Amino acid sequence: MSKRIVVDPVTRIEGHLRIEAEISDGRIKDAYSSGTMVRLLEEILRGRDPRDAWAFVGRVCGVCTSIHSLTSVRTVEDALGIVIPPNAELVRNIMDCALFMHDHVVHFYHLHAMDWVDVVNALKADPKKTSEIAQSISHWPKSSPGYFSDLQARIKKFVDSGQLGIFSNGYWGHPAYKLPAEINLIGLAHYLEALEWQKEIVKVQAIFGGKNPHPNYLVGGMACSIGLDDVSGINAERLALVEQLLHEGKTFIEQVYLPDLKAIASYYKDWGAIGGGLGNYMVYGDLPFNGYRDPASYKFPSGVILNKDLSKVLDVDLRKDDEVQEFVTHSWYDYAEGDQKGLHPWVGESKVRYTGPKPPFQFLDTEQKYSYIKTPRWKGHAMEVGPLARVLVGYARGREEYKEAVDGLLKDLDVPVTALFSTLGRTAARGLEASLVSRWGLDFYYQLISNIKSGDTRMANMEKFNPDTWPAKALGVGHAEAPRGALAHWINIDSGRIANYQLVVPTTWNASPRDASGQLSAYESALIGTPVIDENQPLEILRTVHSFDPCLACAVHLYDEQGSPISRISVVGD
Amino acid sequence: MQQPTYYEEVLRKGYSRRDFLKFATMMAAFMGLEGTAIGQVAKALETRRRLPVIWLHFQECTCCSESFIRSSHPIVADILLDQISLDYTETLMAASGFQAEAAMRDTIKRYNGEYILCVEGSVPMEADGVYCMIGGKTAMQVLEEAAEGAKAIIAWGSCACSGCVQAAKPNPTSATPIHKLVKGKPIIKVPGCPPIGEVMAGVIVHLVTFDRIPELDNLGRPKAFYSKRVHDTCYRRPFYDAGLYVESFDDENAKKGYCLYKMGCKGPVTYNACGVTKWNGGTSFPIQSGHGCIGCSEENYWDNGRLYERASSFAGFGIESTADKIGAIALGATTAALLGHAVMTNVRKHKMIYDLEEEGRADEQQLNAEP
Repeated sequence: MSKRIVVDPVTRIEGHLRIEAEISDGRIKDAYSSGTMVRLLEEILRGRDPRDAWAFVGRVCGVCTSIHSLTSVRTVEDALGIVIPPNAELVRNIMDCALFMHDHVVHFYHLHAMDWVDVVNALKADPKKTSEIAQSISHWPKSSPGYFSDLQARIKKFVDSGQLGIFSNGYWGHPAYKLPAEINLIGLAHYLEALEWQKEIVKVQAIFGGKNPHPNYLVGGMACSIGLDDVSGINAERLALVEQLLHEGKTFIEQVYLPDLKAIASYYKDWGAIGGGLGNYMVYGDLPFNGYRDPASYKFPSGVILNKDLSKVLDVDLRKDDEVQEFVTHSWYDYAEGDQKGLHPWVGESKVRYTGPKPPFQFLDTEQKYSYIKTPRWKGHAMEVGPLARVLVGYARGREEYKEAVDGLLKDLDVPVTALFSTLGRTAARGLEASLVSRWGLDFYYQLISNIKSGDTRMANMEKFNPDTWPAKALGVGHAEAPRGALAHWINIDSGRIANYQLVVPTTWNASPRDASGQLSAYESALIGTPVIDENQPLEILRTVHSFDPCLACAVHLYDEQGSPISRISVVGD
Repeated sequence: MQQPTYYEEVLRKGYSRRDFLKFATMMAAFMGLEGTAIGQVAKALETRRRLPVIWLHFQECTCCSESFIRSSHPIVADILLDQISLDYTETLMAASGFQAEAAMRDTIKRYNGEYILCVEGSVPMEADGVYCMIGGKTAMQVLEEAAEGAKAIIAWGSCACSGCVQAAKPNPTSATPIHKLVKGKPIIKVPGCPPIGEVMAGVIVHLVTFDRIPELDNLGRPKAFYSKRVHDTCYRRPFYDAGLYVESFDDENAKKGYCLYKMGCKGPVTYNACGVTKWNGGTSFPIQSGHGCIGCSEENYWDNGRLYERASSFAGFGIESTADKIGAIALGATTAALLGHAVMTNVRKHKMIYDLEEEGRADEQQLNAEP
């Protein structure tokens, strides 16, 4: 006899996600993931200036802020054949590294940690012992017994006030929490420290993009001119601040995030065998060392791994109409030629039609359509995207930096490589990636300095900025690796305006409903088999879902709601 | 043990006296008070019960929550631990599912008439509201439930204030701002995509410290942060006055930090604190980093002209017809002529701004209308 439980809202994510799960004998037998908000931005983009698209799609998400804008300018540059100056590539990379550092740290401490760290239990910790543990795992200076006892007193006062605020109604005391009180206290201390730190690293984006969230981008390069002899430009003072912020970020990741991750993971090794799911991983690639058009120089190499087979990495082609396709069999949309067929994004169409129960409702009808998220497939396969996919592809491609990081972690935790295919693996991969990215950020920075030193101060290529220079029709595709995984945009430009714009984003891959043949997507697949000790406190569901770092506004971004058929666009042009 | 003051707390955390004064000065300016308000601010911060807050998320991208946590003064950890009790926020709260809903219900009941309701996002009214559902309810149902007992409502960001990007033409989901849906409650509009983090924190601190709503303009925005145009507080303004413009991104003029008006800067029609408070702890703001203002705190900014199209003539400036002329004059002019021109335009603008303020005309549509 199984019982259906609902988690809605799933909190500590971006956006509106609902999970329904069938539980039987203390384990999840089936799971359904539903995105319950839609904004229909695609319709809004139609007819607009392609150079403006980055600002619109940037607003798809304010958590992984900047990544959609970056993908958008790449997409338009691809369509118009614009090559940007090396400095602009480097500045975009540096901003991207800052995003990853911010996003991964915030995810670990503020969105995910409370699945593993029992905040209330931290009150029982012995500050002296906490200090000893903290100093044994890291050189981070804030680790004295006094530091931890002050913090504990502050939290005690907070708890005694009876107003628990963001900690209200957590699953505190749940038997699945395994950490000693001292590590809980370290986790809580670093929750607060990370909250202070995160506002610093994003200053890198503010320096080059003017603000964060939602920094400014520019088709053709970046708007932040290098002006070494002017107070307004990117000068020595601005560059020094970037360098300092990148260094401080790297230090925080190495001395706080990684040691905490390892310390916490060592108590949850059983989660190295839970939440694996699909075993298919995909990466589009990003962080070019030698320009976006040279994929061999990507720090995140692209590729596909199927069935956990690390001996083979397949290639991805975003332009081929039989590779990436989207289905709407279980999504609240209609396709003109029926809901069983998949469509490549360049010929993508969508007409939203909600057919779910009338709110307020208790359960979705999961036999029918049950989400605003479409279901993308690669050559028919369901794929997982994200940090784990990137780390596995880098590892399988034999990249030395990846091998060193992965093998080091496996040795520290004393677990086999197969433990990576799991909830724990996903969370650990994110930390390893943050550490790699924090190094690359400085590499890109020094490359920028060296370029400027040798006299190259170009930041934008404006030759084709004027629409008079554009062809009448143009198709483009641009990709990036977002913190949550592979991201691509497709554009069709007609007479200087957007005729169609499509995004297939990481959380669309991971959080989508099943496809026409009943294949599950990553969340649903990963949840099956997960133990649930107390169905009224489904902590374990949160652990696995959070390990993907859900971003629902991204997943459910767009789509045409008007009844009129969307202009069909030919891939080869007509 | 003596309770440390807010100031001592700030010092203990490694912030400088300058940081603290910056914050206190901002708050004093907020109230129109002199520097003596600092003591009042600090005292209030240490003695009050934490203000209960419910923070709802509808059609949004979470950039407002992200901006809020970037506040440099006060830092968000202190706001959460010492100033407010953030009892419901889908972004940060530990509880999920029905425990999360229970936390909200509990606050609505226990602090009826006392809690602050923050709303991030717009509410889709098309198709009976099914385009945004939380816990099986529509956004509108959730909003009605939470608004009923609220003391006041803060509409965070352009989504809650005017619908932002999803309300851009043709607004397919009928994304609707909060003030059109809730009546009979004080609503503080804090527009921007997102609003500046310190501005968000400042609004919260004002409520906590002074136990009342900051003074608002006739559009419902706190005067402290939204009564000046970005253009009027821009450090590049002298180049505008002198007719010196960037003609193409990354040209020689861009490297010299000339005015971005011809690159489509919407600073002249945008009310926000970017030029003064700046972003991310004062690090920069869009114009300082070489891109024009996109006008993100103005109603319907997505439909007020393209990004790289010059703002059409704005109140009284007659600029569209003169920008090229000024530029042409500047190129061949002597210093004396330039200065003369700058003085003239300044006089004209100051009078215009003064007149508009006298008339209380802050509405953008009105401002765009020729006097």
